[in-house]
Amino acid sequence: MTKKVLIADDEQNIVISLDFLLRREGFDVLVAADGEEALAKARSERPDLVLLDVMMPKMNGFDVCQALRADPELASMRVLMLTAKGRDTEVTKGLGLGADAYMTKPFSTKELVAQVRSLLGM
Amino acid sequence: MLNAPTIFIASLLYLGLLFAVAWWGDKRADQGRSIIANPTIYALSMAVYCTTWTFYGSVGRAAVSGIGFLPIYLGPTLIMALGWFLLLKMIRTAKANRITSIADFISSRYGKSHLLGGLVTVIAVVGIIPYIALQLKAVSGSVILLLNYPQIVMPGRSTALPVFADMSFYIAMILAAFTIVFGTRHLDATERHEGMVAAIALESSVKLVAFLAVGLYVTYGVYDGFADIFQRVAVEESLRKLTVAIPSGHGYTGWFSLTLLAGLAILFLPRQFQVAVVENVNESHLKRAAWLFPLYLLLINIFVLPIAFGGLLHFSGEAVDADTFVLTLPMAHRQEGLTLLVFIGGLSAATGMVIVETIALSTMVCNDLVMPILLRWRGAELAESKDLSQLLLGIRRGAIVVILLLGYLYFRLAGEAYALVAIGLISFAAVAQFAPAMIGGMYWRGGTRGGALAGLSAGFLVWAYTLLLPSFAKSGWLAADFLTQGPFGLNLLRPQQLFGLTGLDEIPHCLFWSFFANIGAYVAFSVMRPPSAVEASQATLFVDALKHTRPVGAALWRGRAEVADLLQLVGRFLGPERAKSAFTAYARRKGGDAEDSPEADAELVHFAESLLAGAIGSASARVMVASVAKEEPLSLSEVMNILDEASQLRSYSRQLERKSRELEAATSDLKGANERLKELDRVKDDIMSSVTHELRTPLTSIRAFSELLRDDPKMHLPDREKFLSLIVSETERLARLVNQTLDLAKIESGNADWRGTQLDLKEVIEQSVAATSQLFSAKGGRIELDLPEGLPLILADRDRLIQVMLNLLSNAVKFLPAESGWVKVSLRTRTEGLEVSVIDNGPGIGVDDQQIIFEKFRQVGDSMTDKPAGTGLGLPISRRIVEHFGGRLWVESVLGEGAVFRFFLPFARPDNSMENAPL
Repeated sequence: MTKKVLIADDEQNIVISLDFLLRREGFDVLVAADGEEALAKARSERPDLVLLDVMMPKMNGFDVCQALRADPELASMRVLMLTAKGRDTEVTKGLGLGADAYMTKPFSTKELVAQVRSLLGM
Repeated sequence: MLNAPTIFIASLLYLGLLFAVAWWGDKRADQGRSIIANPTIYALSMAVYCTTWTFYGSVGRAAVSGIGFLPIYLGPTLIMALGWFLLLKMIRTAKANRITSIADFISSRYGKSHLLGGLVTVIAVVGIIPYIALQLKAVSGSVILLLNYPQIVMPGRSTALPVFADMSFYIAMILAAFTIVFGTRHLDATERHEGMVAAIALESSVKLVAFLAVGLYVTYGVYDGFADIFQRVAVEESLRKLTVAIPSGHGYTGWFSLTLLAGLAILFLPRQFQVAVVENVNESHLKRAAWLFPLYLLLINIFVLPIAFGGLLHFSGEAVDADTFVLTLPMAHRQEGLTLLVFIGGLSAATGMVIVETIALSTMVCNDLVMPILLRWRGAELAESKDLSQLLLGIRRGAIVVILLLGYLYFRLAGEAYALVAIGLISFAAVAQFAPAMIGGMYWRGGTRGGALAGLSAGFLVWAYTLLLPSFAKSGWLAADFLTQGPFGLNLLRPQQLFGLTGLDEIPHCLFWSFFANIGAYVAFSVMRPPSAVEASQATLFVDALKHTRPVGAALWRGRAEVADLLQLVGRFLGPERAKSAFTAYARRKGGDAEDSPEADAELVHFAESLLAGAIGSASARVMVASVAKEEPLSLSEVMNILDEASQLRSYSRQLERKSRELEAATSDLKGANERLKELDRVKDDIMSSVTHELRTPLTSIRAFSELLRDDPKMHLPDREKFLSLIVSETERLARLVNQTLDLAKIESGNADWRGTQLDLKEVIEQSVAATSQLFSAKGGRIELDLPEGLPLILADRDRLIQVMLNLLSNAVKFLPAESGWVKVSLRTRTEGLEVSVIDNGPGIGVDDQQIIFEKFRQVGDSMTDKPAGTGLGLPISRRIVEHFGGRLWVESVLGEGAVFRFFLPFARPDNSMENAPL
């Protein structure tokens, strides 16, 4: 069964590259351009994993992550946070809010794919 | 009902209350919990300046000369506000040298001279006696008035009565007894009387309340406020002259003389010296007193004119003395309570003055007059006596009684001829004679004992001749032709037109001649010979009083003395117990075993001498210490050497102090700089973090696309081309970001290169529009220009301004709706400059975002539009550019209805070249 991944980022070019990458690796891909959209799609589409950017308009990635984790129905959903701010405090905060893993931009596409696969148990 | 018993009992109760307060104050002082260590109490105690002269006499004076009563309060106000440093120096000097009276001060300054101390004491006693007589006159007058209540009967001439039927005599004796109990219960080396000060502060409050009460009653109870009274006076022909500010004739000379006299009196009256200098607990109290005491004077003077005018209006045609208006006005209106309050207020004013003045005088009489004489004549007998403290107390008590009796005598002799104020001024003029020796002594090293003696004697003699003797003559105790013809018919020596000086009132006349003689003799005799060793050393102690951090007195003594001898000597004057405890405390303070060593060092000798100085005056103390210590006299050159060393040490210590102050200043500067650096560091961190975030974003895309291309050599051509062009555009974005970050950093740090030239804004706009026309046509938008011809020039940097316009135009294009978009650029004249508007029909900007867009790295967009490919620095940079040239840049917009970006730039001023000059 194909795994479904939601990409939540407001940088169009990053979305384009991730979309291409994940589709090539055989995932179903959904896209959201801001925090509110990401939360709505996560609830309606129930992706297996969310690639969540931190700095997004309307609702930032931390808040989205917190909202996802507060919903028991979404407990199995994996969250991989992506951020351009690589400070330790940000990493700790993301993991503290329930993210499963954390990657800083710019990332290696290979590592990203490996990380996604390992989170999904593949 | 106001009758004799009520008055008597009220007076006794009041005096009892005062005594209780004094007792309490002394008790607290003994426990070390002073109640007078308080600047307000200090200022109130200074208000002992306001005697019955103020309480009753000011109104009397005002009834004759309008605001002529005022100089007596202007002088002290000016001295407190502008001349407080004199008082500070007196306090510092007196504390360092254990000085307990003004006689002691002058005697000590000019080489601890007995003769000088005695002379000052005589002048003070003779000079103050009329002043004490004034208090007796006022109190006895008020008692007689009250006894006749409800009738208003002016007191008759008391000289008609035998002494023992004269109430004034008994009042004098009661006051003497009261003062003895108050001030001479025990001896203290510092001669401070905490209880007395507390009681005086209470009295000052009581007399102020009483006076304000009668003032309010007359002004608002009897009449209808200030305006009403003054209006009534203005229509009364005989009173109108009182409303003139300065009466014609000798007005200005008179005002100047009285202001000067009063200003000197606040410094040199024995009682003012007592409360302001001797009783001062902490010199910082002076700060509050410097405004609180003048405020007190202001308050107690506010109602003087209304009461005077009220009395003149009410008693018009009746034989009521204006000096009694304060009392007779409430009496005439049958206000029994208020009358009694006023009487108590007057009693306060009188007792306060008499107590402090006679205590101060009795200390002077004892220390500077009687003790030196006793030491000279009966030195041998005194040496055998074990405890002399009772003798000292006895002398002081005797002095109190004698001084009050002399006051009574003057009252019988001359009191009737003068109004209250006139009597007081005679005393002020006497006390003013201390000014040259005091002020000269504090600021001129050259002043000598001879000069001080000559000056004081000359001034005092002239005072006695031109003011005191005439007061006797006017009372009929001297032949009247002494005044009109001069002594022995010598016209030139007429006491109030001395040497033919006419046209002055008696006070300015006396002041002129007495100061002429006093200052002349002081300076002339001082410069005649150089100061002796002891004069020079004392001069240094006094003139440099504010520079010493610790007294150098001990350095100026050399010799041998036994501790036991010193202890016994001090014990004889202070009592063995007090002496012993003072020595023990001294030893503890020194930390050494001064008691165990039989040999006393110079510092201990100095300490013993200053202890004695407090009790018997500095001159006598020196003689007494010399009797038990073998002093090796220092020559003038030795004294000068020691003082030189001391002054060198002082200058070293001053240098050190300055160095340490500089270090402190440098430290605090560094602290400030460090804070600023930390702040800058935080700002830098924030910017760095923003910049890295902004850099990582395009880098992420570039890396991702590059890896995709690398890992998939067989990628479809359209994808490959798309990715490559995205990489290129992200690279451009990176370059733009780096450039703008550097640009903004340059502007913010002030390192930007500005070329200010006068330029035509229309031209700049047209050039910018031409440069962006490609963008517009690509998006299918159109652009309208509304640029009038011939507008004035503005001053700015052409390239920078083009940068601003390009930024605004490209922002507008970015948000234009496809195909139907339009932008309008207009140029308008405002009062001070030109305003450019860039109007678009894009989505508009919400109110919340209108500030955010001007912040660094903040962009506003939403998912509806593509996130703009900008850097978030364009608008912040544009705003800074416009502000640099004195203008403003702002946005006006409603969400959904387009946006208007406007900026304003001021006209170029022809005289103002802006070449590289930041605004």
